[in-house]
Order: sequence, then structure tokens, then C-alpha cells
Amino acid sequence: MSIDMSQFHQVFFEECFEGLEAMESGLLSLDIGDIDSEVINTIFRAAHSIKGGSGTFGFTVVAGYTHIMETLLDEMRDGRRQVTKPAVDVLLGSVDCLREMLTSIQNEEDVNAASVAKHQTALEAELNGTAGGGEHSVPAHEFAPAPAPVVTAPSIIEEQPEEDEIDEEQGWKISFCPYLNLLQTGNDPVRLFRELSKLGELTSNVNIQDIPPFSELEPEECNISWELKLVSGVLEAEVREIFSFVEDDCALEFAPLAKPKKVKKPKPAPVIIEEVKVAPPVAESAPPPVVSAAKKPPVEADASKNAPKASSSIRVDTDKIDTLINMVGEVVITQSMLGLIGENFSMDKVGQLKRGLAQLERHTRDLQQSVMNIRMLPISFVFSRFPRLVHDISTKLDKKITLKLVGENTEVDKAVVELINDPLVHLIRNSLDHGIEMPADRIAAGKPEMGTIELKAYHRGGHIVIEIVDDGRGLDKNKLLSKAIEKGLVEESVIMSEKQIFELIFMPGFSTAEQLTDISGRGVGMDVVRRNIQSLGGNIDIISELGKGTTIAIHLPLTLAILDGQSVAVGDETYIVPLVSIIESINITEKMLNKVAGKGETFKLRNEYLPIIRMREIFNVKSGAATKSNEGVIVVVEGQGALCGFLVDELLGQQQVVIKSLEANYRRVEGVSGATILGDGSVALILDVPGLVRLSVR
Amino acid sequence: MSQENETAVVEHAAVTQKGSDNTIQYLSFVLGKEEYGVDILRVQEIRSWEPVSRVPNVPAYEKGVVNLRGAIVPIIDLRERFTLSKVEYTPLTVVVVLQTGNGSNTRIMGVVVDSVSDVISVERNEIQGAPDFGTKVSNEFINGLVSVSERMVMLLDVDKLLTIENNEQSEL
Repeated sequence: MSIDMSQFHQVFFEECFEGLEAMESGLLSLDIGDIDSEVINTIFRAAHSIKGGSGTFGFTVVAGYTHIMETLLDEMRDGRRQVTKPAVDVLLGSVDCLREMLTSIQNEEDVNAASVAKHQTALEAELNGTAGGGEHSVPAHEFAPAPAPVVTAPSIIEEQPEEDEIDEEQGWKISFCPYLNLLQTGNDPVRLFRELSKLGELTSNVNIQDIPPFSELEPEECNISWELKLVSGVLEAEVREIFSFVEDDCALEFAPLAKPKKVKKPKPAPVIIEEVKVAPPVAESAPPPVVSAAKKPPVEADASKNAPKASSSIRVDTDKIDTLINMVGEVVITQSMLGLIGENFSMDKVGQLKRGLAQLERHTRDLQQSVMNIRMLPISFVFSRFPRLVHDISTKLDKKITLKLVGENTEVDKAVVELINDPLVHLIRNSLDHGIEMPADRIAAGKPEMGTIELKAYHRGGHIVIEIVDDGRGLDKNKLLSKAIEKGLVEESVIMSEKQIFELIFMPGFSTAEQLTDISGRGVGMDVVRRNIQSLGGNIDIISELGKGTTIAIHLPLTLAILDGQSVAVGDETYIVPLVSIIESINITEKMLNKVAGKGETFKLRNEYLPIIRMREIFNVKSGAATKSNEGVIVVVEGQGALCGFLVDELLGQQQVVIKSLEANYRRVEGVSGATILGDGSVALILDVPGLVRLSVR
Repeated sequence: MSQENETAVVEHAAVTQKGSDNTIQYLSFVLGKEEYGVDILRVQEIRSWEPVSRVPNVPAYEKGVVNLRGAIVPIIDLRERFTLSKVEYTPLTVVVVLQTGNGSNTRIMGVVVDSVSDVISVERNEIQGAPDFGTKVSNEFINGLVSVSERMVMLLDVDKLLTIENNEQSEL
């Protein structure tokens, strides 16, 4: 009994969040009017497993809440209830609420009861409200008190307590006819009755007419059925809950006891009126979800804040693991083969040895690749959140926008996936808010009313490219420029290329939005976006055409564990310059060099004068033959948005290097971002280009 | 975990020495004419000196980093650290790889010493407090002194050796 359930919590939460995501994407893909029952089933299953799990772990708040959702979904699934837009919105709100609850529980905080109650009320209102007019088998008792309060959501809240203090005569008549195999499944009716009696006063009537003569009696078959009367104010769902384990093994019928009907009968007229009135409450039950939509961003911010904490584990495709195991098998075989050659080695086996080594090399490389592959996740982990974001924000802004996702299965390193989310959210918000015009403006501009944002991911070289393409109004060069001049960010006289002008939006403190809304301009500027992306070793480009739209392209390395590097020699030492930051390398010639104020040095690259950083000096390299000041190679790099030249002795070669942390056992060193191990086993430091530029300025 | 190991090994040592539970084993090494000891449970391995990759713009006693089976490990010259006279590295020069910190926060670093001399067992009550050495060696590194067959051995506190690196890091 003393199993520590908390060890499973992590898995449970992960599954819950996955389930919630499934529910969310399912709900968003629901096309009102043409309902795909499979989608509803998916949503239902997700809700069901969350309910089950949270029940098991004792998170009764979650279980109780999910139960109501499940009831609603169940009715939709069985076609007893129409899937309406408000209902979907309420369910989406509930998904948020659940996520909030689970996050709180995960962080061992208190669940925000007020917010839960609000969503629960909306949900119950939806559950009760629509069904009230229906002729379905949904018991009347839940809805009988509804007529009066249906008008507004708040009064439904007031209504709740009333329902709780319903008088004794209320209850359920349950006909429970177990199938023959009920006992074989390990269920005991007595236990069910005991549970039922906890809910209220239980009276039972046993029907034994089906019992066969003694000679034919099978002791393991259940031939008895019961008529139960439960006097209690509980909901049908609660009663059903008790039977949930046996519902597949018996015929169950629920009927409310007489009293509620009496309530309904005295006022037959209002009932009809109520049916007419059903429409407004449904419409008015919409505000809660809208509120929840508006509340969504902070919730999401919370979630992403917690993301690093929650994601210390990784789910890996079994296929990948299998590949890995195969690979290891190959390596083991090769190794034993080599061992055999080595055992009685003679020179005539050299060829064999060489082949073996070549094979080992190939297998090792494959092995490395498959291990790296484990860390690769499809970018859909990030993309999947955006349909919801676009849905919420476009509703809020009254814009019509569709989001197209392309290349969601493009794989990228887990670390990149985690860190790219916030910048992308920001960029998409920008596109939604500033990019896409209002429907009227779009029509006026001769564009389709529906705006499109396309989110694309694809591999190019060793990089993943993520593009955000909108067909909105595009960037206005002149406006950007005048704004920049007005803010004193650029000189009026400077002539800038189109690209440079677009780059202006990445400058700190630059915003062209006429007014800040709560959608964009939340303090995370484009400068932060760019910095985040650069810290991942990537870069960001903008292509825009006024009136036609904007494309923002983000280039990111596929992994943060491996880097394409150019090894350079400085004296006897070898350093690695990340290839992404290298623009070009040139041989130095005397006349390219210029002294500035006797100290700083510049060189002329075509028409630009760029500062030189002498690696030998900045790193105090004393070893190796002292090179003359005019010998060596200049590696032109881009760091901190500016170009500069590193003067090194020699270029050695390009290679992929595995990044090792210098801090793990040592400490941070300025100008160095990490270390790697070269082919000969020695350590080479990887240069931190922006850091070096900073260092040289000092 | 390491705590458990530690007690287990200490107990083991105690049994073999037929001494009390208070016996601690130290690895002693020589720097010039001075003899130092480090808790043997902190010693991961002893290696011969091999060229390091220099790290730029760090104190001279931080010789650089080496690749220790895939981990990047800093190498510190204890002679220079304690401002003793420098000597050329010879094939006898050894690097003692020490583990510092505990729990998930362990670090590995190598210290360059002239030679490793002995493993000594020391009773806890034999350890004397460290007197003020004045300039050469900061008291901070020294846990205490112990006399082993007429030789004085200074017992180094490995954790403090590394803590000092960290202090310097924050100053930078």
C-alpha cells in the first residue's frame, strides 16, 4: 500500500498536458455543422483518461471538473447534443482551466478556485442550458429548476445552492440488470449498493424470476436483477459514476423519481416560453469563454515559464530506439571482429583490419547520428500551440485569419524546440496584430477577406528554417525610417538599404505600432526576439513588400550539441570559430591595414573599414613563431550586428565539433563559449564571437 | 551516495589498520620540499602530465584544460597556486585528478604536483590545527597538519581549493 504515487506524477502530468493538447487541437479542428465523430471521440478519450488519471492520483478537483466535460462530450458523441460554437468555446475555456489546475497542482500550488468555479459554471450552464429544450433522455431533474435562471449566467451560479438543497423526494429509480458474466468480471453488486447507499437512502427490489432451476444453475452467472430507488439530490452523473465499472456488463436504466416532474407540470406554459428563451442564454453563455480567451495569454506565459522545469524527460519514438539498438549491435559485431583480427595478428591481415576499422568508423558515425536523433523532436511540438493562439487573438481583434502549418514534422533538437517557442509566439502575435489588416481594409485593398498566416518549417543544409509568412500590409519602409529618425536611432543623412531599414525593427525601443495593445507590445520587443534567436546560434531575416505581406525567416542550427566550426591556428593553439558567424576569410596584405589613432587597426574590405581583432594579442598567445604584423588570415565575422575581422595565423579546416561545456568543471571564460575535443584528443576552445567583440572594445 | 562510499571506505580502512573509526587516509604528494596530503576519497586518479590546451586570460596557475575521457577538466599548477618556485615539467610530474563538491554539484579538476609519495593513515586526533603560515600558503586551504615519521604533512581542503576559484570567478 505504501507505493509512492508521486513518482508517477511526472508521467501523469505529461500525459495530461498531451491529452489537453489533443483536446485543444481537436476542438479547434471541429467544423461546426459538419462534425467528424472521430474527432469528438478523440476529445472524449483524452478527457476520459485525464479524469481517470486524476482520480487515481487523488486530484479530485480535476477529476470532478473533467467529469462534467466528459458528460458534455459524451452527449455530443452520442449525437444527443448539437455541437455549437458556444459549446466549443466553453470546452476550450475548460481546457485552459484544466491546464491551469494541473499546472498549479504540478507546482504544488493551490488551485485557483475562483477561476475553476467560473469555468465550471459556464460548463454546467452549457450542459444544462442546451439540453433543457431537448427531448433527450437527459433527466429532467437537473434542468427543471433552470427555466427562471436561464437568462443570465450569474443567476445560474445563484441557482447552484438551490439545487443542492433539493428535498428528500428527489432521487433516482435505477433498473440494474446485470448480464450473466457480471460476476466473472470480478464485480460484486453488493459493493455497488454499498456505494449507492452512501449517496442517499437506498431501497432495493430484487427480481429473481430469471433464476433457472437449481439443476441448471451456474454459480458464476448472475441471474438476478434489481430495481433500486435512491432518494438523494445527486446528479445522474454521480450515480452513473458508481456503475462505471460495470456499465459494459449490465443493462442500466435511470429514471428520476416523480417529484421533479411535478415541479415542471404546474407551469406548462413557462416551459414552452423557456424553449424560446433558450437562445439568449446560449448566446450569453458566450462571454465567459471570451473572458477566458482574453485571459489565455498570461496562462500560456505561465505554461512556457514552467516548461523548462517540466520537460526534463523526453518521449522518444520506439523506432528511434530500435534503430539505436540495431546500431549498437552492429558496433558490437564490428568490435568482436576486430578483436578476432587482433588476437593472432599477422601482416597479411592488414587489409582485413583496415576494412574493419572503416566499418567501425561508419558504425560509430551512424551511432552518433542516431543518438543525436533521440534528441530531435518534430517542430509540431511548438507549432501545435499556434492554431489556438491565432483562434483566440483573431476573435479578439475581429480579424479573419487562417493559420497554415507546413512542415510540422521537421525535426529539430529538443533544446531548440524549448527555446524557440517564446520568440515565435511574439512574431505570430505581431503578424496577427500589425500584419493582417481588418477584413474591411483587406477587401478595400482587393485582397481576400480572410487573412493567411503561414508557418513553415524545413531543413536547409545543417539548419532548420522557420518562416512566418503573412499576406498582410507589409512593412512601410518610409514609416520605419521616419520613425527611426524621429527616435534618434539613425541619422537623417544616412542612406540605408531596404534590408537595413527592415533591420531597424530589431532595435531596442523601436515600435511602429500606433497604439500598444495587450497582444503585441507586451515588453518583449523584437530586439529580445533577435537576441534569443542569436543566442541559439541562429539568425532572423525579414522580407517584406508593402501591401503584400511580410516574411520572417528564422535560421537555426539543428542542434545545440554540434556545431559547424572553422578551426584556426593562433600560435600553437587551435581555436574553433562557429561557421555561422563567419562571413568570409581573406589573406591579409600590407596595404589593407590602417592604424587608427596609433592604436586600433582597421582593414579595408571592399568599401568598408572594419576593425581588426588580433587573436594573438587578445588571447595573449606567446607560443609559435611570432608572425609579422602583416601576415596571417583575417576571418571576417559578424558579432553583435557588426562586422569585424579576427586576425589569425592560419585556417586549418572545417569540421563538425561536439560542444562541451567548459563550465561543468571549470568556469566561464570571456571570449570563449565552450570547448570541444579534436580528432587527436586535445581540447580546442570555441570562440564566442560577440563576447570577443565586447572584450576587444575594453 | 558518495557519502555512503566514504563511510564504507573509511570503515574498511579502519579495519585494515585495526585502528579506531577515526582513521582517515590521505594521499601525500610533494611540492618542492613541502609535503601535502589530500583526502584519498577525493582522488579520482593519478595521471602523468600531458600538454594542456591553454585557456586565455586566466591566472597563470590555471594551466589550461584537458580532455579526460570526454570531459573538459581544468588543470591547476599547485606550485604556482601556492606561489612556490616554478619548475620544468618532467616525465615524473603527475596530475592528481580530484573530485570536489558533493551531490549533483561535483566538479573534477587536476592539480599538477612534483610527485606522489605515499598513502598515509591519520587518526583524527593526530591532526593539529593549521598555524598562520603568513604569506606563502593561505590558511584557507589547509585543514590541518599532521606529523608522519618526522615529516610534516599539510592536509589540504579540496573543496576550499575550488571554492577559491569560484570566488575569483565572481570577482572577474
